[in-house]
Amino acid sequence: MSTDSVNPNRRRILNWTAGVVGAVGVGYAAVPFIRSMSPSAAVQAKATKTVDLTKIEPGQRITVSWQGKPVWIVRRTPEMLETLEDPAVVDQLKDPDSSASEQPDFAANPHRSREPEWLVMVAICTHLGCIPSYNPEPGGDFWSAKWEGGFFCPCHGSGYDFSGRVMAGSPAPRNMAVPFYEFLSDSELRIGKPA
Amino acid sequence: MNRFIDWVDARYPLMRNLREHLTEYYAPKNFNLFYFFGSFALLVLVVQIVSGIWLTMHYKPDAGMAFDSIEHIMRDVNYGWLIRYMHTTGASLFFIVIYLHMFRALIYGSFKGPRELVWLVGMVIYLALMAEAFMGYVLPWGQMSYWGAQVIVNLFTAVPYVGPDLAEWIRGGFSISDPTLNRFFAFHVVALPIVLILLVAVHLIALHEVGSNNPDGVDIKKNKDGNGIPKDGIPFHPYYTVKDIFGAVVFLAVATVIIFYMPTLGGYFLEHDNFTPADPLNTPDHIKPVWYFGTFYAILRAVPNQDMGVLLMVLAIALLFLLPWLDRSKVKSARYRPIYKQMVILFAISFVVLMWLGGKPATATYTMFAQIFTGIYFAFFIALPFVSKWEKPKPVPERVTK
Repeated sequence: MSTDSVNPNRRRILNWTAGVVGAVGVGYAAVPFIRSMSPSAAVQAKATKTVDLTKIEPGQRITVSWQGKPVWIVRRTPEMLETLEDPAVVDQLKDPDSSASEQPDFAANPHRSREPEWLVMVAICTHLGCIPSYNPEPGGDFWSAKWEGGFFCPCHGSGYDFSGRVMAGSPAPRNMAVPFYEFLSDSELRIGKPA
Repeated sequence: MNRFIDWVDARYPLMRNLREHLTEYYAPKNFNLFYFFGSFALLVLVVQIVSGIWLTMHYKPDAGMAFDSIEHIMRDVNYGWLIRYMHTTGASLFFIVIYLHMFRALIYGSFKGPRELVWLVGMVIYLALMAEAFMGYVLPWGQMSYWGAQVIVNLFTAVPYVGPDLAEWIRGGFSISDPTLNRFFAFHVVALPIVLILLVAVHLIALHEVGSNNPDGVDIKKNKDGNGIPKDGIPFHPYYTVKDIFGAVVFLAVATVIIFYMPTLGGYFLEHDNFTPADPLNTPDHIKPVWYFGTFYAILRAVPNQDMGVLLMVLAIALLFLLPWLDRSKVKSARYRPIYKQMVILFAISFVVLMWLGGKPATATYTMFAQIFTGIYFAFFIALPFVSKWEKPKPVPERVTK
């Protein structure tokens, strides 16, 4: 083959075509490897959790495991619910209307739940994923302002009220997340959407 | 023997490689103590690979069995305790050695042209090493393994738009769980070691292409004798191989004392909370990273806003990559740059203080100090382009000094 017959234009087009086709092929071949790292069918199958509510006393909190995450169910007393409207609490909230936080539409209210009495919440601090502690008694020297009861994350010092709404001065950016849940009956609650 | 070598040489550049990288690689004759740490790093890498291979013979990457298999290694496996302590001590020593190696590059200007690629490849090695160490730390599946992984993987949720999906993809589940442990094992044992070995090879090839820097920062290739050999250079083998073997003996003696007498080093090399099995429903009161991540953890926590904290932490590492271009001085070594010398020392102090603060609880006082030293850390990078331009360097000698 003599160099006189080389057509650089045609060569460039062929090179680019081969390159693009090759890149598309690599892209398709990458899909199974990327997708195989997503949650498997076995993990997806554990999407819901049903909880018996009959044994929870007023003011008590229980922790259940849902999708490997801790979820709190708190049966709030009328006194606890009052603090949610108390200006001393509401004025120190970062996001009192939960407009920047994660919850189903039914929980976008001050009590952040379907029924005011029952709080169902993912017990993970929105800062770096620690589990806050339950500090229902007013007072407490771990908080700089007046503490009316709520949740406190010991990792980096984030405070939350009885609805999991984050207080100003906390490193956590958002209110704690509320998962989707339904009451199956008066005594049974199902967390998560069935697949 | 000679005929055999000739036979190989006709088919593979054996003697040429030995000459180029050892017997006729001329390194400056004025290396000091700081120049031990490159070869120490190579030594630790070998120790980690060998001890790691033996650990995989007994370890089980399963969330239900991992913690018990570590105890099995410690109690039942012959010399399992020794091999495991070699690996855990090696991890911390790796970072001590690497930090001193990087500090050496900072004070003598080894990152500056023509060694930019040596520095950049070294930084990528550092990133790969951090990933390797983090994933290795998760494998024992203790409380700190679990909650450390929780905190680190959640950092990815700060990525705009895809953050939460990205974190779920990394975990392979809705939380840190068995699939996460399994894939971290795959990365720690197969993927990242391969990457590390390749990068180390590239790092050395790039270094030997441009030649080693030295404490005076002068170019020894400017003064050559009649044979084209730098007057201030000595062949790496035998001179520096012998020097490094002596250093390695001292280094291994120190490592041995730690392995036999203080394997947890007071909770710094092995954290006490990690002797409790992972419990997804119970957060330890004080989650702290292993000491070598302390600096970046302290920077992360110094900012009250999470996304800003993550951004600042990423920036703290990213700025190191840009050093060759941020420093505009023509003089390399801090020996002849009085202002730069003080800046580097201040930077190193802030790095170490932040490292210590990263292991402390986030109280108001500690947070305030973290903010001050984060400021100093970044001030180094902000001031560097200007100071390096204005600074009047002292006269640099033609040849290397003692």
